[in-house]
Amino acid sequence: MTIAAATHRTSMGLDSRKMAFWAFIGSECLLFGSLISTYLVYKGRSVVGPYPHDILNIPFTSVSTFDLLMSSLMMVLALAAVQRGDLKWAKVWLVATALLGIFFLSGQVYEFTSFVREGLTLQTNLFGATFFVLTGTHGAHVTVGVVWLLTLWVRALQGQLTAANAVTVEICGLYWHFVDVIWIVIFTVVYLIQ
Amino acid sequence: MSRLKRLMSWLTTTDHKRIGLLYFYTAFVFFLVGGLEALFIRAQLAQPDGHVVSAETFNQLFTMHGTTMVFLALMPLTASFFNYIVPLQIGARDVAFPRLNAFSYWVFVLGALLMNASWFTGPLFHAGRLNVAPDAGWFGYANLTSRQYSPGPNIDFWLLGLQILGVSSLAAGFNFIVTILNLRAPGMKMMRLPVFSWMTLVTSFLIITAFPVITVALVLLMFDRFFGTHFYLTSAGGDPVLWQHLFWIFGHPEVYILILPAMGIVSEVLPTFARKPLFGYTVVVYSGVLIGFMGWGVWSHHMFSVGLGPIADSVFSATTMLIAVPTGVKIFNWLATLWGGQLRFTTAMLFAIGFIALFTIGGLSGVTHASPPADLQQTDTYYVVAHIHYVLFGGTIFGLFAGMYYWWPKMTGRLLSETLGKWHFALVFVGMNLAFFPMHLIGLLGMPRRIYTYSPDLGVSTLNLVSTIGAFLIGVGVLVFIWNVWRTRTRGQTAGNDPWGGATLEWTISSPPPVHNFDVIPTVASRLPRWTKTQLKAIPEGAKLAEIHVPGGSIWPLVTALGLPVLALAPLSHRLPFAFVGATIILLGIFRWAFEPFEA
Repeated sequence: MTIAAATHRTSMGLDSRKMAFWAFIGSECLLFGSLISTYLVYKGRSVVGPYPHDILNIPFTSVSTFDLLMSSLMMVLALAAVQRGDLKWAKVWLVATALLGIFFLSGQVYEFTSFVREGLTLQTNLFGATFFVLTGTHGAHVTVGVVWLLTLWVRALQGQLTAANAVTVEICGLYWHFVDVIWIVIFTVVYLIQ
Repeated sequence: MSRLKRLMSWLTTTDHKRIGLLYFYTAFVFFLVGGLEALFIRAQLAQPDGHVVSAETFNQLFTMHGTTMVFLALMPLTASFFNYIVPLQIGARDVAFPRLNAFSYWVFVLGALLMNASWFTGPLFHAGRLNVAPDAGWFGYANLTSRQYSPGPNIDFWLLGLQILGVSSLAAGFNFIVTILNLRAPGMKMMRLPVFSWMTLVTSFLIITAFPVITVALVLLMFDRFFGTHFYLTSAGGDPVLWQHLFWIFGHPEVYILILPAMGIVSEVLPTFARKPLFGYTVVVYSGVLIGFMGWGVWSHHMFSVGLGPIADSVFSATTMLIAVPTGVKIFNWLATLWGGQLRFTTAMLFAIGFIALFTIGGLSGVTHASPPADLQQTDTYYVVAHIHYVLFGGTIFGLFAGMYYWWPKMTGRLLSETLGKWHFALVFVGMNLAFFPMHLIGLLGMPRRIYTYSPDLGVSTLNLVSTIGAFLIGVGVLVFIWNVWRTRTRGQTAGNDPWGGATLEWTISSPPPVHNFDVIPTVASRLPRWTKTQLKAIPEGAKLAEIHVPGGSIWPLVTALGLPVLALAPLSHRLPFAFVGATIILLGIFRWAFEPFEA
């Protein structure tokens, strides 16, 4: 009944799962909003170094930002492929999105370890605490997205992903684009405006 | 049905009505636990220099009383009505996501049990005492909560328990937003929605926007306590006031999360027993929405004593006075609904009228806090305690009791006894005023809140004794209610479809409703379908009824929910393996849930 009720007739004409996901994204905005506000409030209040300008590597992070932006493009292509029932290309674009996500995460792992080697940890100062918690939360979101994308990819390999349930890919896409947009904000606030 | 099968049917249920009942009984148990904690507090304060409990235990009692009442009693009691009544009022067969609904419930129970386990698990932490319950007050101000000043597991239970409960509230919030927006019966336009469903919608929006903020506050606290960060530590450049901002940005909308559903209930009960449509329906709805928006702009009135500066103080003072306007509008609408009506003083009606009177007093004392100079005298005294109890007891709990008497026949098929109900009302009404009115005076005379004892020289001994007597009267009143519920199981009068002559859709079907609620989804043509001549479109004779598929249950919401407290055991016990086990359970639960066949 539920799925049927959700897809066949809804009062607003919008799929219930999609609507719930928009509400979820609204909620997530408040989550990241609070974390970003905390970062901004504590900006410049660290009493010991390293400080942002000592350590942040803008060229390196620009590459991973570009990578994440490209993954959004792959996501759009994946959804388009599923919607026209093109399973072959759906598989390609889904796994490409996931791989770009994994590449981004690898970049983050590299960045975190090199920061720790240079003496910035969670405990060092407020910059370390706010930076790692904010970008770490974002990284956790990307990880969830990658698992989700790979799940969809496996479903596609099993031939279970049809144009009829393209909405499942669409919702995953909503999530992925949202996580991407949040990264743009974080990249701007943390890296570009020091 | 064998006993095991029956148990399994409850563990796997996805029926909104059963989940509503589960919410009700569980939350009511926690209401009693929170009430018991309150009685211990009042017993301790009955006389000056009391020693019923130690100072440490007193701290745990008032912290857990507040936390329990807000998160484990009042919110889930409102959730029980969201669950049971909203789908019936909007003409739906269930909520939009039945399994997510079951998940919300199980997460709530498990989070509540985890937090309350702190009463008995002291020995596990070598604490040298039995009870290691949270003890920093329900708003847990930083640095009372830092590892340095609270090395035991007390605060860990609190911050982990609240994070888990947040998951439950958020999931329910998404679910009810979509249910109300998307599953309305044909013809049920937004401005035909019963006010209770409207207030559920506004509350759900507040939940999904407010809970992420407290989640961040709690996550930062968790990092401070477990991973050595310094978010709230002044010496490292951090600021304890950040906690206050984050907590109250959540905390003030939370107040409206607690009161709006009660306002919704009262807006259903008053018209029914006055035999008049709600006066100014649109204004009541828009006032509720406006309160939802304005509730975001007043949080710093909890922080006037911090010294935020004259600009911040003036702005928040002004917004706080402003938010009283839509609230006042609602009160006048309710009074106008009663005006000239054919009033029937049933127990539900008495509680609803009691709500108006007591909530008005609480609202007015609230406006007195809006003035920073006055607030500086009142803050952290019993005056504030008096205010919050007029709002949350006189307001929310009276609204909830009204709802219980009103919808009990719908939920169980039997009417609660009106005679016992009136005793219940009288005892609670008198008890509540005896308990909380003197607190205004106690506070203004200078007794601070959250201090485990006081000196006879303060001159508040008699007032405190009166307050304690009132608290125990409330206790007797609640016992009468429990007796009423108990005897109604077998001796209550059967209700029929509509014992009160209500106007909304839930009264068109049998009590309790069948699993699928409506044989045919009704088509609605007016705001008060049962009071309008052109009411519901009748089912044409001999119409072929479509087959109704009722989804079977699912165990995976419960399994997924179980992963959360297991995960929380990792920081609590400082043993990492729990984290892996918990995460594995959650992952397994989610994947089985996503891929099990659960559709029409």
